[in-house]
Parts: sequence; structure tokens; C-alpha cells
Amino acid sequence: MRDTQRTERIAFAVLLIATIIVIIPVGLIVLLVLWRGLPALTPEFLLAMPRDGMRAGGIFPAIVGTFYLTLGTAAFAIPFGILAAIYLNEYAGQNWLTRVIEIAIINLAGVPSIVYGLFGLGLFVTFLGFGASILAGSLTLSIMTLPVIITATREALSTVPRSFREVSFSLGASRWQTVRHVVLPNAIPGILTGTILGLSRAAGETAPILFTVAAFYLPRLPQSVYDQAMALPYHIYVLSTQVPNVSVKIQYGTVLALVLMVFLLNITASVIRAKFRKRKTW
Amino acid sequence: MTNIIETDKLNLFYTAFQALIDVDLKIERNRITALIGPSGCGKSTLLRVFNRMNDLIEGVKVSGSVKFDGKEILDNEIDLITLRKRIGMVFQRPNPFPLSVFENVVYGLRIHGEKRRSVLEAAAEKSLASVLLFDELKDKLNMNALGLSLEQQQRLCIARLLSVTPDVLLMDEPCSALDPFATMKIEELMTLLKKQYTIVIVTHNMQQAARISDECGYMLLGELVEFGETKQIFTAPVNKKTEDYITGRFG
Repeated sequence: MRDTQRTERIAFAVLLIATIIVIIPVGLIVLLVLWRGLPALTPEFLLAMPRDGMRAGGIFPAIVGTFYLTLGTAAFAIPFGILAAIYLNEYAGQNWLTRVIEIAIINLAGVPSIVYGLFGLGLFVTFLGFGASILAGSLTLSIMTLPVIITATREALSTVPRSFREVSFSLGASRWQTVRHVVLPNAIPGILTGTILGLSRAAGETAPILFTVAAFYLPRLPQSVYDQAMALPYHIYVLSTQVPNVSVKIQYGTVLALVLMVFLLNITASVIRAKFRKRKTW
Repeated sequence: MTNIIETDKLNLFYTAFQALIDVDLKIERNRITALIGPSGCGKSTLLRVFNRMNDLIEGVKVSGSVKFDGKEILDNEIDLITLRKRIGMVFQRPNPFPLSVFENVVYGLRIHGEKRRSVLEAAAEKSLASVLLFDELKDKLNMNALGLSLEQQQRLCIARLLSVTPDVLLMDEPCSALDPFATMKIEELMTLLKKQYTIVIVTHNMQQAARISDECGYMLLGELVEFGETKQIFTAPVNKKTEDYITGRFG
């Protein structure tokens, strides 16, 4: 009996410590970035062009570039991802084609991001002739984000009770009407949450945009989707490895700007999830 | 013709398992027909043949003939939307959508293209009145249907079905999630509805079958063992197996 209690205490301690160890790196990163980066985060820094070979001035074009890339990724990945998920979850039968698609999605999720970058370079930049551009970068990031969106959407669709679909069919609704009027409205919160989390990951990626869009130094805003653009993750890489004598303040300020942007997206996802969870009552 | 549904040599397979064996059944108009039998005997499967809900399950094969109003419904050419509008279904657990009472009732009309507010409102009132729910809920049409009691929810599900003006109501153990009092109320409602509709009910509850049905079929291991007037089935069953079941020696 006493042995059982002791093992219980030890198990509790080990599990707790393991959990705390997970928090430590996150906490340290956030604290460090806030401490070193916050002083740099002035309106001027956020809204000005970089100057003196990026050693002074602001990061405005990188913020705008990342914003456009996230928007572009959303424009491609969301429709295709959601439609594919609806097909797989609501229409596809259990056959070899479905299995091939599912295996492809799992593998797509496991491809290293630099491979996406090279793939984007080969397909969009060179073969399709988009050049290094917001278009090519967005498409590359979309392909990387697709498996996340598809998986999240399928999960959200699966949480809608089967009985809702049965009732709808039994009332004479077609498959599409059932999806449109019953399944989707009840799955939207989950879909939104998963989608935003996917996008926030895309916003922070460096490797896929390396060859497909990111400009080393471009102190003006992009004018069209065929323009190159600066982007925060790549800008951080440049500031910390490619340009000598950049002040630490600017480096951390840029990191903080990216972290805040990603954080903002994640918060949005959490708020949506919390808001809809209250409404969900079945 | 008084038979609204007729099956002839109906066989159904779930991949290799035969769930229905040579079922010959005739269901009369404006009657309550009950299907009884132990779990897994195929009574729910048989019910789901009539509105082709088994189509949703992969690997189901059906042979034989099922005629609804004289028309073959196992035919692949049949318009499932029209069929399901005319043969509606009430499920075991009340399953309203997480929408308002009003939106639940008019769901069927909306998907069949009705947009006029006045038509929807009139239909909602009529359907809710048919299930004796209108007076209770007329001031709460905008409340979420999941806030209703289980009995009200099941009535609402029946109202949702009535709004698309079916001819046949298939009920798959409609009272199994309800308490005895609520069950009684739903049974009263069924007796009322039979004036306008044909009702086929699957039930585990033999007393329920005896109370409400005009005709009754006993199923066992996929076969329709005996079918006839309820009174006769419960007082003088012809088949020994039926007798064993209704007297409680089996099941």
C-alpha cells in the first residue's frame, strides 16, 4: 500500500517536471525576445523603410511582404484545402484512390520545408515563369500548408454527428445540400481554427520563400503579385548572418515583430474556438 | 390499391452477411405497421430499405423487389429526393439540428427551394400543430431546439418531417430514448397521425407494438417469420417462433 502511494508520488513528480520542461524554452524565448526587442519596437521602426544597408531605419517592407504572402497563401490553400477535405470526408468511398490521396497528404506534411522551396523554384519560378515573386512564394507556401488545412478540416467535419447527415438525407436533401446546410455550418469553427494555425506556420517559414520570393534588400513596397518582396523570416536570417554590424536591437526588434504577428494569428484562432465552443451544445 | 408498400423476395447483404432473407411484406395505407424482433434481426435494415437509407452504407447489396405506390424503388433510376420526400424517417434518438425550432421545421422546405417567408411560416405552424407542439412553442420559435425536452425534440423531429408532406412515416424505435410518460404521448400522437399517414414502426417494446399497431411482423435472423393483424399475432400466433418471442420465452 505504501509502495503504491510512493510510486504515485514519483509518477506525479516526473510527469509534472516533464511538463514544466516543455514550458521553459517557450518562456525563455518569449522573455528574451520581449526584453531585447521591445525597446526597438517604435512606430518608426515598424513603418519606415530600411536604410544604410539595413543597419538603420525600419522593417516596413518586410512586414508588408509577410502580410501579402500570408494573404496569398490563404487565397490558394484555403479553398483547395477545404474542398479537398470535403471530398475526402463526405464524398470519397473507401477505395484505392482515396487511400493514395490520404498517403500523399501524410507524406506532403512530412516533406522538409527546404524541399518545398526547391520545388517552388523549379515549378513556379522557372517552369511556369512566374519568376521570384509573391505569386510563386504564395503558391509554394500554399502547398506546404495544404496538408495542415486538409487534416484540420477533415477533423472538424468528422466532429459533426453522423445523425445530422442522416436526417438531412432522409428529408430528401442531396449530398451537397447536406454539406452546405448541415455539415459546414457546424464545422466552420474547427475549420477556421485549423486554417489560421496553418497560416501562422506559413507566415513564419523561411526555407520555402528563400528561392521563390524573398528579396535580400528591397526598400520599396511590392506593386504586383509578380514582384519580389521582403519577408520577416528571411529578413531576420539576413540581419543575423549576412550583414555585418547590425545592432542587436534591430535584430531582436525584427524577431519580436514576427513573433507578434504569428502570436496574433494564434490568438485569433483560440478566440474563435472558445467563442464557438460555448455555442456547441450537442 | 390499399397496399402502399409491397416487397417481394427482398434480400439484402452487408458484404458477405445476409441481413434480410426473402422478405415478402405488404403495408397497408393509413395503418400502423409494427416490426418486432430481437436485436440484429433486420427490422431496422428493412425499414431503411423503404427510403433507401442503406445506400449510405458501403457494401450493401439488395435484390428482389420493393414497390412503393406500385413503382419499383430498388431501381437505380429512381429519384431518391422525391422518394425520401414521400417516405420520411424518425430516428431512435431525437436529433434536431442545433438551430432554432423554426429553422428545424422548415429545413426540408428550404432545401427543396421554398424561400417565401409566408409559406415557411404557415408550414411551420401547420406541422407543429400536427404534432401538438404549436401552442407550447409558438412564442419560442426562435429558441434553440436543443433546449427542448427530449419528448418535445422528438415531436419537433416529426414536425420537421411532416413539413415536406410525406405519405409514409418510418419510425425507428422512436421512443427508446424517452421515459414512459413521453412514450405514451408520442404513441397518442401516432394514433392521431395515422388518419393522414401510413406509419411503419420498428420497436423493441412488444407492449408498444401491441398497443398501437394494426398489423405486426415478427422478424428473426433476417426472416419475416410471421406477419398479420396485431391482435392475431399477439393472441394466436401461427408460428411457434413467434409464440416463443411474444410470450417471453425468447428474446
